[in-house]
This record gives sequence, structure tokens and C-alpha cells, in this order.
Amino acid sequence: MSAVSTPGALALTVSESRTSRITGWRRIWHSLLRNRLATLGLVILVVMSVAAISAPLVAPYDPTWQERSERLVGPLSRGENTDRLYVLGTDPLGRDILSRIIYGARISLLIGFCSVAVSAPVGVLMGLLAGYSRRWIDDVIMRLADVQLAFPFILLAMAIVSVLGPSTRNLVLVLAISGWVIYARVVRGQVLRMREAEFIQAAHTIGCTQSRILFRHMLPNTMTPVIVLITFGLASMILLESSLSFLGLGVQPPTPSWGGMLNDSRDYISKAWWVSVIPGVAIMLTVLSVNFLGDWLRDMLDPREQQK
Amino acid sequence: MVQFIIRRLFLSIFVILGVTIVVFAVVRLSGDPTGLMISPDASAEDVAALRHEMGFDRSIPLQFWDFAKGAVRGDFGDSLRYREPAFSLVTERLAATMKLTVAALTIAICVAIPAGVISAVKRNSIWDRLAMFFALFGQSMPVFWFGILLILIVSVQLQWLPSSGSNGPRSLILPAVTLGLYSTARITRLVRSEMIETISQDFVRTARAKGLRDRVVLYRHAFRNALIPVVTVIGIEAGGMLGGAVITETVFAWPGIGQLAVRAIFNRDYPLVQAIVFTIACIFVLINLLVDVLYAYLDPRVKLA
Repeated sequence: MSAVSTPGALALTVSESRTSRITGWRRIWHSLLRNRLATLGLVILVVMSVAAISAPLVAPYDPTWQERSERLVGPLSRGENTDRLYVLGTDPLGRDILSRIIYGARISLLIGFCSVAVSAPVGVLMGLLAGYSRRWIDDVIMRLADVQLAFPFILLAMAIVSVLGPSTRNLVLVLAISGWVIYARVVRGQVLRMREAEFIQAAHTIGCTQSRILFRHMLPNTMTPVIVLITFGLASMILLESSLSFLGLGVQPPTPSWGGMLNDSRDYISKAWWVSVIPGVAIMLTVLSVNFLGDWLRDMLDPREQQK
Repeated sequence: MVQFIIRRLFLSIFVILGVTIVVFAVVRLSGDPTGLMISPDASAEDVAALRHEMGFDRSIPLQFWDFAKGAVRGDFGDSLRYREPAFSLVTERLAATMKLTVAALTIAICVAIPAGVISAVKRNSIWDRLAMFFALFGQSMPVFWFGILLILIVSVQLQWLPSSGSNGPRSLILPAVTLGLYSTARITRLVRSEMIETISQDFVRTARAKGLRDRVVLYRHAFRNALIPVVTVIGIEAGGMLGGAVITETVFAWPGIGQLAVRAIFNRDYPLVQAIVFTIACIFVLINLLVDVLYAYLDPRVKLA
């Protein structure tokens, strides 16, 4: 849907950006500022990333320190014994929720970025190979994709994590395994479309090697939909990570993660709303921001979408 | 048409074979599965006995052959925890999950299609903006958190509906709304964009030029054509809900296979895990097959591709 566009138009945008790179960046920047939601998304993500990176400096308290005498303190109130200010309250173990949210941002963003960073290149490479080689390589890769899509992902992830054991590394691995298919499918479609394009035939005619055609001519032209996919992929990876952590199969305590915090809160829903509301808001704001940016990117990069 | 169905059927069988290999392989990812099934302080003889009993001391292709033979007949061995055939545990709970999924899908379709059509027809109106705003939220909200919020507001604060279990239709409402949220959002957005695209096409203009009334043009001409890709996505969503059910059932203590799956995984009950994953994958493949056939029926151009 979002990924279909004509190779001709893509080739045009690529060559345009080569000749006038500076104005290109400026144009993107202006287009971003014109879209209020995308700007808001960017601002939220930048704030979160900065907070995540400088967590030890920003977080008011140690995210794992349990102040046993001050459990379930409401937001914006001070502890009775320690006089510590809890901006977002404390959790059932007396830990400061704001600090845990900030440290949790580290985990969520890091895992999101890492899993996309693994799955996108793998998927793109698979898609290039499948689209260009046809014959058996194509068949093998695409049937592999079919089989993988035959599972609800969460179930496959659960099964794998349960065997390998839950850890941050395994989580990234599992998320990456789940992610590659969509890139491969879209890139393959692009390559199939491009095979007969004149600029590819021209490249053949002047004697370009196959790998040159693949990586210098075709790859850049598949990038437009891939950039959009990466953005939405990041959003779904963050959601999946939080789901798995919520089920107890993701990030393991005591490392704070948003999904894990929600899992801890389940028995306290009726007593302390903030414990279950706040981590969810954090997840939703992050995913929403990424989606705002994704929508904007898709509209900007895909000429067909723009006409609508 | 027949040829198309046969070709798709072959593909489905191939995919199920692949699924069988994956389900078989997952448990062997860590090497020797006996280590996963027995307590760490078991004696070497016990381990060897279990290995022999489970057939793990034979060659991998032979083991796979036995596993595949069993899988076809629904025989995955006994659940390590419940000491019952794993497959019958799955079938017992399948109905609950189906009920939940069908309810969620019904909600999604009943909300999303009108919302999408209205958004497209009254583009940039306040309704359109509201619908798109909620759709974006729906797609960005973690399923389990939405469920928790519903429990917090509807069950704890207002005390309107029960927060867990499955006693009567009232207890179905919250889990179904939770599970349906993401699909509702996705289908709304899709219906809107498809409708906008069909409305701008030539045949719709022709229909208008013929002097047909707006309503006829909209529902007879535009809507029917916009529906084709929507059917595919509804199928994909139906399959996806089987995965979402795992989380929803956990939040609401709904006694379906999702909840069973989570327990089986925590108990390291591998025969049960295999039975669940295999069953869900088969249902999933079946839904996809149905959707493809339906798609080809709705849009005859597909068969030629």
C-alpha cells in the first residue's frame, strides 16, 4: 500500500537530490515544520532520546532503589519519611516511577533501534537477491517468508524466547527475525518492477557487473519505501518489545522496562492507577510520535500518496 | 478458478510443512531438549531414560518424520504438566479463543467500515479528523495497556462490567473491545484511503455523469470496489488476532489457548507449546487460503497474476 510507486518517479527524486543536496535537506526540513503532528512527534522523540541517553544525569533517583516505607506514593507528592519528591509517584516496591520511566526509555528505544538495524539490512538484502536472481533463490527466500508469516509473530517469539531464555540480546534477535520479511517483500517487488526499466538495461549495455547494478543502481531506488518501512517498523518493534516484557518474556527485572512496569502493576490496578497508567502513556507517546513521523515521511516521499 | 484454488492449496500445504519444520526445530534450538524437560538434579540414568523414551537418541530426520506423522494426526504427545494429550487440551480451549476473536472482528468491522466510509466521503470534516485521530491512537496503543485502562475505568471505577473470567456475554465485552482495537484502527484507515481512491476514478465519474444519485454511486459503485483490498486486510487481521489473543487473554484471564500458551511456555511444557503453535499456524494458513479465494472471486484480475 504505502510502498508502491513507480521506479521512474523514484529515479527522478534520486537524481534531483544528487544535484541539489542542500536545498533537498532544506525542503525536507520545511515540509516537516509544515506538518504539525510530525513536528510534535520529532520533539517528543528528541526529548525522550536525550533523556534516555543522559538518564543518570536526568533521573532524580536510582531506578532500582526500593524505598520500602514509601510504596505506592501518589504522583506529585513527597515521601513521608525521606521527603523525596515523587513527580510520578512510586511503584508497589517503593521505586520512583519517573526514574524508571527514564531508564525504561533507554531499553525501549535501544531495543527498537537495534532490532530495526538488524532486520532492515537483512530484509533489504534478501529482497534484492530474491528479486534479481529469480529462479530458486527467489523461491527459497519467498517461501521462507510465507512460512514465517504463517505464525502470529508473538507466538513464535514466545516459543523462541522460552527455549533460548529471556534476555535483552535474545529479544533483539527475535524481533529482528520477525522484522525482515516485510522489507524483503517490498524490496523484491521494487526490483521486479525495475528489472525492465531503461536505466537498468542501459547499465547492462555499458557492461556494469551484476553486483554494481544491484547495489549502485537498484538499491538506491528501493530506499524510499524502505525508509518509510523502517519508521513504522520501529514503532511496531517498540510495541512488540513492551508486549513481550509485559508477558515476562522480554527485558528481565531489575532492569526497568515499560512493559515490565505494566506487568508489575497488574495486581494494583484498583489501588494505584498511576502505576499502570504512566508506563502505558510512555509507550503510547513514543509509538504515536514515530507513527506521526512515518505518516509524514510516507506522504512526502510517495508522490502517489501525495495526490490523495 | 479451480486451477487457482488448487495452486493455492498446494502452496498452503507447503507452508504447513514449513510450519511443522519450524515447530519441530524451535524446541531443539537449545540442543538437547531433555535438559528442558527434566529437573537439573536428575541422575544421568534418568536423563538417558527420558531421552530414549522421547526418542531424542535417534537421528534428526527420523525424529522429524515421527513428529510430522504425529502432527498430521494431532498427536503431539502428552503435556508434561497436565499429563493429558496436548492436542486435546488445545481443542478444549479453542472455542473460547474463537468466540473472543469472532466478537473482536465483528466489533472491528462494524465500527471501522462506517467510520472509514464517512471519513472518506466527508473528507477533512470534523468527523474525518476525529476518526483519523482515534485510528492513529488505536494503532499506537499497546493492546495490554488498553485492556488495563478499560479494567481501570469500566470495571474498577464505574463497576459496569466484570474485569476477568468468562461468565456470560457481559464478560466478553471488554476483552473483545481490547482485542479489536488495533484492527478497528487499521481497517478504518484502509477503508478511508481506498474509498478516496475509488471515488476519484473514472468509472465513478461516469456513474455520476449518467445522473445516478450520490448514494447509488457511493454504495453500488465506489464502495464495492473499495472493499476488495479491505477483505484481504480483514483476513490478515483475523489471523493477527490469534496472536493478539495471547496478550488479551492474559490481561483478562480469558480461558482460551492464548492463556494456555503463556502457561505452557512458563512451565516449559514443550509438547503443549508445539501443539498450540501448530494449531494456530494451521488456522492462520486456512484463513489466508479462504481470503485468497475470496479475493480472486471478488476481483477476477487476481487469477491471471
